Amino acid sequence: MFKKILIANRGEIAVRILRACRELGIRSAAVYSEADRAASHVLNADEAYPIGPALATESYLNIPKILHAAKLSGAEAIHPGYGFLSENAQFAQACADARIKFIGPSPSAMENLGSKTRARGQMEKAGIAVLPGSARGLPSPNEAAAVAAKIGYPVMLKAAAGGGGKGMRLVQDARQLGSAFETAQSEALRAFGDGEIYLEKAILNPRHIEMQVVADEQGNTLYLGERECSLQRRHQKVLEEAPSPQVDDDLRRRMGEVAVRVAQTGGYANAGTVEFLVDQDRNFYFLEMNTRLQVEHPVTEVVTGLDLVHLQIRIAAQEKLPLRQEDVRLRGHAIECRIYAEDPENNYFPSPGKVTLLVEPSGPGIRLDSGIYEDWTVPSEYDPLLAKLIGYGSDRGQAVARLERALGEYFVGGIKTNISLFRRILAAADFRAGRVDTGYLERLLGEARSNPDPGQASIAAIAAGLFAVLDSRASASANGSAGATADHSSSGWKRVARFEGVSRTDLGLMARRGSGPSSHSQ
Amino acid sequence: MEAAHPVIPSDREPEIAGHGPIASMLYEVTIDDQTYQLELVRSEGGWRCRLDGKDIPVDGVLARRDVLSLLIDRKAYEIKRERTPTGLYLSLGSARYAAEVRDPRSLGSRKLRGGEDEGLKKLIAPMPGKVVRVLLRENAAVELGQGVLVVEAMKMQNEVQSPKKGVVQKILADVGAAVNAGDVLAIVE
Repeated sequence: MFKKILIANRGEIAVRILRACRELGIRSAAVYSEADRAASHVLNADEAYPIGPALATESYLNIPKILHAAKLSGAEAIHPGYGFLSENAQFAQACADARIKFIGPSPSAMENLGSKTRARGQMEKAGIAVLPGSARGLPSPNEAAAVAAKIGYPVMLKAAAGGGGKGMRLVQDARQLGSAFETAQSEALRAFGDGEIYLEKAILNPRHIEMQVVADEQGNTLYLGERECSLQRRHQKVLEEAPSPQVDDDLRRRMGEVAVRVAQTGGYANAGTVEFLVDQDRNFYFLEMNTRLQVEHPVTEVVTGLDLVHLQIRIAAQEKLPLRQEDVRLRGHAIECRIYAEDPENNYFPSPGKVTLLVEPSGPGIRLDSGIYEDWTVPSEYDPLLAKLIGYGSDRGQAVARLERALGEYFVGGIKTNISLFRRILAAADFRAGRVDTGYLERLLGEARSNPDPGQASIAAIAAGLFAVLDSRASASANGSAGATADHSSSGWKRVARFEGVSRTDLGLMARRGSGPSSHSQ
Repeated sequence: MEAAHPVIPSDREPEIAGHGPIASMLYEVTIDDQTYQLELVRSEGGWRCRLDGKDIPVDGVLARRDVLSLLIDRKAYEIKRERTPTGLYLSLGSARYAAEVRDPRSLGSRKLRGGEDEGLKKLIAPMPGKVVRVLLRENAAVELGQGVLVVEAMKMQNEVQSPKKGVVQKILADVGAAVNAGDVLAIVE
């Protein structure tokens, strides 16, 4: 087993991986850009190495800098997480050249499967159903238009190196193609350093269902069940669950077996995900293989009882898979909400900034994989994913109920998040009935919203006044006490603005200045 | 939208015989679009709350910074406060309210409303980021909802769209410019 692993990533996934390292008794080395010196993954790692400016191309996407950090640290392996360099075959090759184990597939498997265009061609040859589309990358909008005219609109433009919805555009007719092509290309170039674009026939309102596979380096490949990923906005997954309410045992077995064939055709080892589009007649088409750990891997972990990051590390250390296909059993149900820094009231614009207040949920059936903490400033340079809230239970209804309860406890103040979006989704009748497809979320968001309870507004008014009084008392006390700071936004608050209630109805709100453990004597 | 700092209590704690110092805080509070008169009266170490002339017994605890617990008629409420560059917000359960607190005795605290010329609409950067494309030139005709500029933040490119049909009067940001939340990017007439 490795003694030290370098984590070439940031945010919640870097935290997730370093936790696994700690559980396995492996030292973890973080890397960080100038924007991330105080980020959670740096604070929690055993070691940390600076790799340059905030701009990802000069830090998290910079292969020489990351390898240099790995050599300095003496790490024997690198875990790439998802995004950044995780699906970059050159990086995997550079690791191999530097005699550092890349925790993932071999560079050749990654090239086979990581390029969406190459994978499509290969799977077609192996007799696996794919959607009609361009077999190769399209150099210009004109060639895209020619292919689109042949297979018929609507078509989906996609980045060959893509993932996470970046560089993806649905095109309804020929007039939209030119500008959509350019947007997709520039987004792909920025996100992946590769602007190759291809296109596929778009299926109307399909389901997006993916199959987790795991393969050891001795040639054993298993499927670990599917994830329902149809809830998307702008082709970006928002909520995922396992198992899919739309997949029965028979469909699961058939999709699983195809997924295993995809992995084996590509010579795949380690954890990976085979994505399928499923049409209304439950035909499924190979979309692509993600040659890395997925954002939504926790829902599979919960229902299989397996730790995928532990498995990834063990596989990379040449261990054989500790189970057979018949040992894989799904139990219960898990749902993940991707908590993004974005504003649901303002067209889901990203909302970086300082987290001024953070209240995190816990309790039965709740898992929170988070990369933020209170008073940390979410940088504007990176992906807006803050955390993943996973609710689970013995069945789907219980998982939904726990998630709803946890969302009520969850509060991220100072920046906007999409937490309210999940309350809406979980309350929707179609979602509760499992009737979702990739167009579902946009349709739901188009519906009118009910207003919040107006009776609560007067409570908010009382609270606003009390907060204002507390502010003034805090600043008054802070000014009056020797050595106290005038900053009543943080420490001053705790020290002097303590408010204690007593249940004396005639007096109501009681204030005791400087009471409790945080008195003036500090 | 900023909370007006109320006058420090010691400024207005008249001595009333037998009752010790009493402070009365009078606020005009706006929650979303509704304005309330709120009076908080301090008496013998406690507070009495009067909302639009109606007495409401309130038991309150500042549980932690920016989290207030209220017990009103045995019902429990937890209110969380956010102060952001764009204003003050209070969250209560699943509802989030824009709040404004004014001390009516303080003239300077009244927020000026409006200020945007009739017919002119500003396109505001909704978040910090970088302008990656300008889609329309000045004097170009623009439809409601049409993209005028593209701003990139957190790896996503977002179109800033025109809030009305009209003519692009001014483009105020160049490609490559770093912008902050609230910056005016363009004006549509």
